[in-house]
Order: sequence, then structure tokens, then C-alpha cells
Amino acid sequence: MKFLHDLLEKQRPLFEKGGKFEKFYPLWEANETFLFKPALTTGKRGVQVKDAIDLKRMMMTVVIAMIPCLIWGIFNVGYQHHIAVGEATSFFSLDNLLFGARWVIPIILVSYIAGGAVEVTIGIIRKHPINEGFLVTGMLIPLIVPPTIPLWQVALATVFGVLIGKEIFGGTGMNILNVAMTARAFLYFAYPSQISGEVWTQLAGKTPVDGYSGATALAVAYDTSNVGGQSVVNGLNQANAALSAPFGGEFFSFQNLMIGGVPGSIGETSALMAIIGALILIATGVGSWKIILSVFAGAFAMGTIFNLAGANAYMEMPAYYHFAIGGLAFGAVFMATDPVSASQTETGKWIYGALIGAITVIIRVVNPAYPEGIMLAVLFMNVFAPLIDFYIVQANKKRRLARATV
Amino acid sequence: MSKTIKLKKGFDINLAGKAEKTVANTPISETFAIKPTDFVGIKRPKLKVKEGDNVKAGSPVLFDKMQEEVMICSPVSGEVVEVKRGAKRKILEIKILADKEVEYESFKTYSVSDLQGLTKEDAFVQMAAGGVWPNLIQRPYGVIANQADTPKAIFISTFDTHPLAADAGFTLKDKEEAFQAGIDVLKKFTDGKVYLNFNAHGEVAKVFANVAGVEHNKISGKHPAGNVGVQIHHIDPINKGDIVWTVTPYGVAQIGSLFLEGKYDASRLVAVAGSEVSSPQYHKTYRGACINKFLEGNLKNDHVRCISGNVLTGEHIEKDGYLGFYDNTLSVIPEGDQPEFLGWITPQKERLSFHRAWGLFSFLNGKDKEYVLDSNTNGEPRAFVQTGTFEEVTPMDIYPTYLIKAIMSEDFDNMEALGIYEVIEEDLALCEFIDVSKHDIQQIVREGLELMQNG
Repeated sequence: MKFLHDLLEKQRPLFEKGGKFEKFYPLWEANETFLFKPALTTGKRGVQVKDAIDLKRMMMTVVIAMIPCLIWGIFNVGYQHHIAVGEATSFFSLDNLLFGARWVIPIILVSYIAGGAVEVTIGIIRKHPINEGFLVTGMLIPLIVPPTIPLWQVALATVFGVLIGKEIFGGTGMNILNVAMTARAFLYFAYPSQISGEVWTQLAGKTPVDGYSGATALAVAYDTSNVGGQSVVNGLNQANAALSAPFGGEFFSFQNLMIGGVPGSIGETSALMAIIGALILIATGVGSWKIILSVFAGAFAMGTIFNLAGANAYMEMPAYYHFAIGGLAFGAVFMATDPVSASQTETGKWIYGALIGAITVIIRVVNPAYPEGIMLAVLFMNVFAPLIDFYIVQANKKRRLARATV
Repeated sequence: MSKTIKLKKGFDINLAGKAEKTVANTPISETFAIKPTDFVGIKRPKLKVKEGDNVKAGSPVLFDKMQEEVMICSPVSGEVVEVKRGAKRKILEIKILADKEVEYESFKTYSVSDLQGLTKEDAFVQMAAGGVWPNLIQRPYGVIANQADTPKAIFISTFDTHPLAADAGFTLKDKEEAFQAGIDVLKKFTDGKVYLNFNAHGEVAKVFANVAGVEHNKISGKHPAGNVGVQIHHIDPINKGDIVWTVTPYGVAQIGSLFLEGKYDASRLVAVAGSEVSSPQYHKTYRGACINKFLEGNLKNDHVRCISGNVLTGEHIEKDGYLGFYDNTLSVIPEGDQPEFLGWITPQKERLSFHRAWGLFSFLNGKDKEYVLDSNTNGEPRAFVQTGTFEEVTPMDIYPTYLIKAIMSEDFDNMEALGIYEVIEEDLALCEFIDVSKHDIQQIVREGLELMQNG
């Protein structure tokens, strides 16, 4: 590989100060550092050896943790299509994989290209190295949009997320809001008709079977509760009876929701895959187990409180159903744990996570306008995370002050 | 009340090439040097000698205009052969060509019973003239102590948890009397206590076993448990307005020798260690020795980095460079200036990591595995992203990330409130090691301390 390194190094003068492509140094540097770990050594004073970790590796760990969700999502996009149009299929069939890939891969490509272009442009304008943070964001965005989303909207949302969510604050590490959630919120409010209602199954122009409904479990739960007369679990069990459930029971049975054979955003349908991702993040220490656990705990506690209140059928839905329906699991694992926008103190992480869980359930159950709550809950708590940290750090300062005699 | 403190946080860097407890038969270095840059906080260094002057061991060579009585003395007798200067005529090194036989400047000698009647003022005069005063380091700021202050306590850590650190018990063998005399002198400077802190799981070395007039504490845990700053935090923390002094065990013995024998005894055992050293062991020499003699025929390969001190807080020096005033370790590790194809993602076990991110499998090696680490930074500087890890290697009730950010934004109130008085560089050195975003944490801490000290 020395040959390749020499070849790259030969081009260095072109990109360095005074070179022909001086402006594009960040682009060249990004390529070089992706191929080779640089030959940088430690300084004269201070630490002479450094830990093997770097930001690229940390970010790639998150991408790796998302792969189960991605692969599941690809199969599921294919599966949902085939059962909706009445073609018999088993979940892990090649047909499903190919169909899913046909619709999902372009979204991923558009997200990476659009976001990457923004990163490179900003890197060149502001003369800073290209940030690895986008490795994660570029993968997160495709996983939280419906498979039917127009590609130009993916591009627009990604650009918006990266630019307004991150770069105007100073780039990776400086942002207040989670970038991917900012992109999704943008879509949600700018183009509601493409990201709400019955957009979750890619029909690819075919006519669905009789009795098909493209609604998500969240919408079904909400509607059942509104109509009244039966429990939410019954409502879920009766919905979409025309479609066959891949993992036994009714289409919206708890197990099917948990495993993830239901329509939804590409990567978020399977709580099980999100939990596998969570295990990877926790085992590697890259994601905070405190946040993940406390989101679930917060949601369960809020769900239980609603159970006790029991004012309507949605409130009476068993609290554990909240884990399975909607994107709570995916959000808890991949969105809430973003270290930059989350609470940064360890105590703060408990509070931050628990409130995300609780607010998600409140939005789901009480708010009539938004069937899903995790997106808004994460963004809301992103804004409040610095406040939580402020009080935790303040307590530390007070302990120190109390000790002093002067 | 002596305390036993159990620290859970921290991280041990287990490097290959630990010094064996034997003393090598190497010839004494030809030259020795005093480097004004070793003394943090010296503002206006002034020379007492010029090139060609003859000096004895204990002859004054250098002083700080801000504290004129305190001399930095020649470690050996010989001739001043070079005063090396850098940009703006900054003094970098004062080199002394050593005589075969060391001659000593003579100072007043005291018997053990004389020491009881010694006043603080007389003690200071002798210590300042005799070259041992710079052993006293003041907290906050980590600068040479000021005689005008009365510290609330004096702290001595008898163990060093840094990677490849020299063993204090071994290097101070048979120095019991000098050590006790040093303690007796130090006690005159404080109204409070002199604390002697031990490793709870280590054997108590003979030199420290029967020391009178001190309070013992036991500390257990990973590095930085041996750092005196961490110990102070748990035993008698530094608040705003407090002053505490710290001394190394070597410094204590040196102070004792000055009073008992009337000479500036700069002889010391130095650990020459690290993966690139053929036979890592101790060498007998004097303070500020040129390292070329230690390395002759003792290196496994030529492409190495020599560090005066340990790999966390030390200074990169040339192969004919000089050990620092405070350093009793020479660490030699491979130079890491090689690119590595896809080195940022390939799985490996050989590079130590505190983290367990994808492919970093060093945690599977177990804690007895000895690592060969080179000087590569393993990544480029980035903005802060990962949170919560600095806290895991800082066994103090301090939020390092917030403190560092307060320093970077020169926020004086917050620096103070977040505990800058309680730390110096070495206490946060592990943060610099594990930092995903590769900040120069120790340099930032020093900038913060300077801001607080000088405004």
C-alpha cells in the first residue's frame, strides 16, 4: 500500500498552500485520511502516546450498529409491498430484498451525496477538515423516512438538516439539535402529505388488495381510541386483517410489532433490530446505556400513569405496547444517544432520557395532531439538555464553594 | 486521622519494558544540563555563570528574578561549556562538563538533634542557597513554592502510577535518615500536617516504613491514584485561597541530605525503560544527565522517541538530550510516523484503547498484557463529540469537559468554580490520552492556570 500512499502524497503540493487546488485541501485531506491513518505524531510536551480511538472509528461504530435496522428495513419494504398488492411472499425472500433495495438504496445515496456536498462545501469555505459526523447522519436520515418519499425531498431535507441543524452552529460537535431529527422535522412541517397518512408502503404504482390500509399502528391506535367502544389492542388486532402477518398472530399483534413486520419509516419498524443496535452501542460504549434505558423507563412510567388515569382507550393501552409501536425504540437507541445534542453529564443523561420517553408517550396519547411523539420529544429535550446540565454542574460548583472558607 | 481511599475511576497504561530493579554498570554521563524550561512559572531566569566558569556541585547557576534567593544549582562539579539559547535569546540549556570526581560546595551541617532547634527562616536560607528549594511545588498552579506563604499542608506521594514510572522505594534505598531529616525540615513550614500517602496494595518500602511526624494515608486504584493532586482532592482539598505544597520523595531526601551532610546531593537512580530499550533497568547518575550513555548499545532499533519522564506527562528529547530537573525516568518508545492503510477502522488488539468502539479489541487482552505503543496520534484533532469519558478517568469530583471548555473560552469565574485550583497538567493527562477528538488537554490546563495566576 506504500505505492498508493506515495501517489497520494505526490499530489499533496497541489492542494497545500500555494498549490493549484489549495482551496480543495479539505477534500484531499478527507480522502487521504480515509485511506490512511495519518503519520501524525504527538507533540514535544504532554502525552506522548495516544489512545487507538479516533472520531472516524467512533462514528463508524454507530453506522455498524444501524446495519441490522437497515437490512431489516430493506426486507420489510419489499415485504410490505408484496402483501399489499396481494402477492404471496415470505419475509426473507430474495424478491423482498431486491424490491427493498430498489427503493431504499437510492434514498441512502441521495442522502450521502447531498449531505456530503454540503459538508465539503462548508469545509472548503470555512477551511476546516470535513467532519465525520455526517457518516452517521447520512445513514440516519434514510432510516427515518417512508420508502415512498420523493428523492428531491430527501436531498432538500438533508441539506436543511446539515446546514441549519449543524453548520450554522459551527459544525460537528457544536450543534444543539440532532441533525437527522432536524431534517425529519423539516420534512414533517414542510411536506406533510409525503410523510404522514398512508405513505408507509411502497406500492410502486400497483393497486392494493381489498381491505388494505396503509395506516401505521400508531394511527390505528389513535383512531380506535377516538371512535371508542373497544380497547386499542382489539382495534390493532382487527386492523388490516386482509394482510398476512409475517411473524404469526394478527397483523398488528404485539409480537409482529416488536419484531417489525409492519409498515413505517424504513428503519424504525423493528424494535428488535433497534435493540440489537442498542446492544452494539452499549457493548462498545459509544452510546450511553443510561440514555437508552431511561428513555424506555420514562415511556413505560408515563404509559403506566396513563393506564391508571384511564380516561380513554388509548390511555388504557398496556404501557409496554409503546415500546413496540412507532419509532420509540429506534429513536431511543440512535437519536437520543447522539452525544453532542444529548445531556453531557451522567446524572443529566438519566433525566434527559426519561423525559424523552415520557414526552413521547404524552404526545402520542394526548396530542391529536401528531401520531408519533419521539421526533418532537428528542428535539424538545435537545433544547433542554443544556439546562439540565447547567443545574448538575451548578451543584458541583456549590459543593466546591461550600468547602471554601474564604 | 489517616484515611484509606478507594478510587474506582482511572486507567492503567501497562507498557512493555518496565525497568528491572537492578542498577546498570554504565559510565557516568559526560555532560549535564539545567533547563530553565523545566521550572514552570519562572518568569525572568537570570544566569549566575558564564561559559568557561568552573562550578562545584551546589554552585548556583540560575535564579528567577521574581524570587532572587532561590538558587538552581549545578548537579555536578565541572566547567560550564555551553549556554544554549533559542529565539529571543531565551535560555534553553546550561551545559556542564562533569569532572571525574565530583566536588561539593559545602553548606552548614546539622545533626539530627540540631534540626529540632532550626528555625523556618534559617531552613529557608539553607534550602534556597543549597539548590533544594525548587523541589517544593505549590498548588494551585504547580509552580515553585514561595517562602512568604504558609501552606495549609504538605503532601508527599510515595508511589507513582504513571506508565513505566521509577519505584520510589528502590531509588531511595538506604536514604532513611535523609528522608526523615527532610520531613523534619518540611514540618517547619506548615502549621498543618505533612501527609505521606501510600499505595494501599503495595508493600511499604523500607525508606518510608518508620517515618515519624507525618500522617499516613492509603490510596488504592488505577492511575492517577498515585498523583498527589488526586490525593489532595480526597484528603484535604484545595479551596479558593488555600495553598498546599507538594514534594516528591526524592526531593524530601535531597533536602535531608543538605542539612545532614551539608551538600547538594543531586545523585539519583534513573529508570531507563520502554519497549525499545534492550535491557530496561536503573542507572546511577545525577540530575539533568545527558541520556546518550544510557542508550549506547541499549536500543533495539534506531527509530525511537526518547522521553524525559513518563509517556503521559513527559517531554520529547533528542538522543543526546538531557533529563529534566524533576524526571527520574527515561522512556523510550517507537516513533509512530508511519501511515497505516485504513488504520482508522481495521480491527486490532495491539493498540491500547480505553474505549471499545468497533475494532478496538484491546480490552480482551486482560490487564496483564504489556503494550508497545508508538507516538502516533491515531487520528486528527476534532471538535468535542464524545461525552462522559473524561469523567471516567478523573477520580475527582470535577467535570473535566466543562473545566476545559471554560479555559478555552477564558471564563475566569467558571474556571475557578469548576475547580481549576485543584488540578495541574498531570491530573488530566489521561483525558488527553483517551480523547477521541485529540485535544492537547494538558496544554489547555496550563494556559488556564497561567490565566488564573497572571490574569
